[in-house]
Amino acid sequence: MEGASATARDVPVDPIDVISGETATASEVVVGSAVAVPEERVRRTPLTWVRGGGAAALLFALPMLLVFTAFSWYPIVRLVVLSLQNTNLVDPPTWAGLQNFSDVIHDPLFMTAVRNTAYFALLALLFGYPIPLVAAVLISESRRFRGVYAALAYLPVVIPPVVSVMLWKYVFYEPSSVGLFNTVLGWVHLGPYGWLQTTGTAMPALVVESTWANAGATVIIYLAALTAVDADLYDAASVDGAGLFKKIWHVTLPQIRGVLLVTLMLQIIGTAQVFLEPYLFTSGGPANATLTVLLLVYQYAFGNSVGVGFGQAAALSLMLAGFLALFSLAFWRLTRSWSTT
Amino acid sequence: MIGMRRRRREQEEAPGGLLSYNDWDRVGVRWTVGPAQGLLLALLFVIGLGPILWLAKGAVTPTIDTLRNPLAFFPHGVAWSNLSEAWTRVDVGRYFWNTVVLAFGSWLCQIVVATTGAYALSVLRPRWGKYVYALILVTLFVPLVVLIVPLYIEIVHPPLIHHSFAESYWAIWLPAGASAFNVVIMKRFFDNLPRELFEAARIDGAGPVRLFFSIVLPLSKPILGVVSIFAILAEWRNFLWPFLVLSNSPDRQPLSVRLPAIQAQTQLGVLLASMLIAALVPILGFLFFQRSFLRGQGFGGALKG
Repeated sequence: MEGASATARDVPVDPIDVISGETATASEVVVGSAVAVPEERVRRTPLTWVRGGGAAALLFALPMLLVFTAFSWYPIVRLVVLSLQNTNLVDPPTWAGLQNFSDVIHDPLFMTAVRNTAYFALLALLFGYPIPLVAAVLISESRRFRGVYAALAYLPVVIPPVVSVMLWKYVFYEPSSVGLFNTVLGWVHLGPYGWLQTTGTAMPALVVESTWANAGATVIIYLAALTAVDADLYDAASVDGAGLFKKIWHVTLPQIRGVLLVTLMLQIIGTAQVFLEPYLFTSGGPANATLTVLLLVYQYAFGNSVGVGFGQAAALSLMLAGFLALFSLAFWRLTRSWSTT
Repeated sequence: MIGMRRRRREQEEAPGGLLSYNDWDRVGVRWTVGPAQGLLLALLFVIGLGPILWLAKGAVTPTIDTLRNPLAFFPHGVAWSNLSEAWTRVDVGRYFWNTVVLAFGSWLCQIVVATTGAYALSVLRPRWGKYVYALILVTLFVPLVVLIVPLYIEIVHPPLIHHSFAESYWAIWLPAGASAFNVVIMKRFFDNLPRELFEAARIDGAGPVRLFFSIVLPLSKPILGVVSIFAILAEWRNFLWPFLVLSNSPDRQPLSVRLPAIQAQTQLGVLLASMLIAALVPILGFLFFQRSFLRGQGFGGALKG
């Protein structure tokens, strides 16, 4: 390490370094010859590589290279390989071609999971996309309490998701008459309702909790975007006689459309990977009404006996990853000309 | 600096800019936006703070009272015993400590990988750096959850090493380091540091190691703070991965994994106390480091990428 640090400054990247190189005795020869005979500089030996700081760069990058190789790049490759194999952790894997993909697509649960995930994403957009925007616009107009508003909106986001889900499941959505929601509805002689136990309400119930837990983050993003809107544009609109809603429609929304698009994309990508809520709330029930794609991946891989469905799980994971990548690309392509950034 | 101060004063005068003073003076605006804001504040209190306050109340209310009327306010006194019972008898103390150890290890791994890696890519700039960086950027498009199957197999049957890492904290600490997000925001921060400083340090004889510890790291305190907060918070929230790799050792599991498991055998008051304990660290962290969260820096860095 010490040797590398002593020689790395001799790398001739710019005039300052060449000067420093000339004052240093050891590297003088290298730099001098590089200036005199250009071909000499092109020839690279391990020694010039170490002297040029290559070893130091490699040593510093080593933790990153090792960790990413082991836990990111290799698993990505392995995912593709697994999806084409029969694996069970015991016998040596055999090649299966596209059998896993075909198994998954012909599984009746596959379409259920895709439909449910799309339904979750759609409901999450309906609940969770307009509310943060309205809230952020109102908050950013507040003179004194902007910080309080923002902190209150963000508070649910910092609660660990497991705690949030359990609080909603065992207290708010409790199906008996002592559940919090059922207690409130009981005042007007409604219910009790089994929010999570009925196929029709289970998914909306999940989305309400998830919106509560995540909307604050979007509010903060919008608030940051709103402070960047040039106040002169509002003044100009006022001079032209625009009222509040015209200003929002013609100035605010167009000015933050780049951020609006990014949050839209991030929200769709996020909801496509929903796992925790259906797993902890309902385990996919009742009658598979909340079975999502990732929950199906989990069930394939770890549901019955660990290892039996690794191939199918990998195939479905790969299909999800492929869909998300294509979606991001298409979204970016379609909205590129439309965005401000 | 002066510009910033002036801008802040302007913001104080006309907060969002959407409504000018003239607008606020108009009766119609004052009677629609004003109440809307008041309503929003009330709603935010109920929605944002309400559930947490209820959790805090439920945590120190006798189970029987919570079950009889969840909205009553301490009808038969306070049960502080819920908290002590959760901490000792339900072993929440141990799971709390597990969570702390897991969060600390993941934080350390993420910081080491992100700082050294970003330093190599941004400051030392080897020839192959741009290819490695491109490969790291690609992984941003692969959500971590789709990799659980290959990662799980790798942890249980690692290649080259014939030793399973399942049930070990290394199975959680090490993969946490592979965060492309951290490397990207760290590299972007290093990119914006003045290169003249690096050159000056080099002329004064500082090698790459010295440059890293004496110049780059001290200058990076703000971004180190942000990455640290989000790294610790992320591990505190983590459920699926520790649930999978620590599935057979309940004594080593973090709070997020244990809470659903103890639910069935724990009475509601004690369970709520356990949940409050699990939520307390992130909430206090948020109140303490509010700025880092609310500036949206963690998101902004990624969004602009």
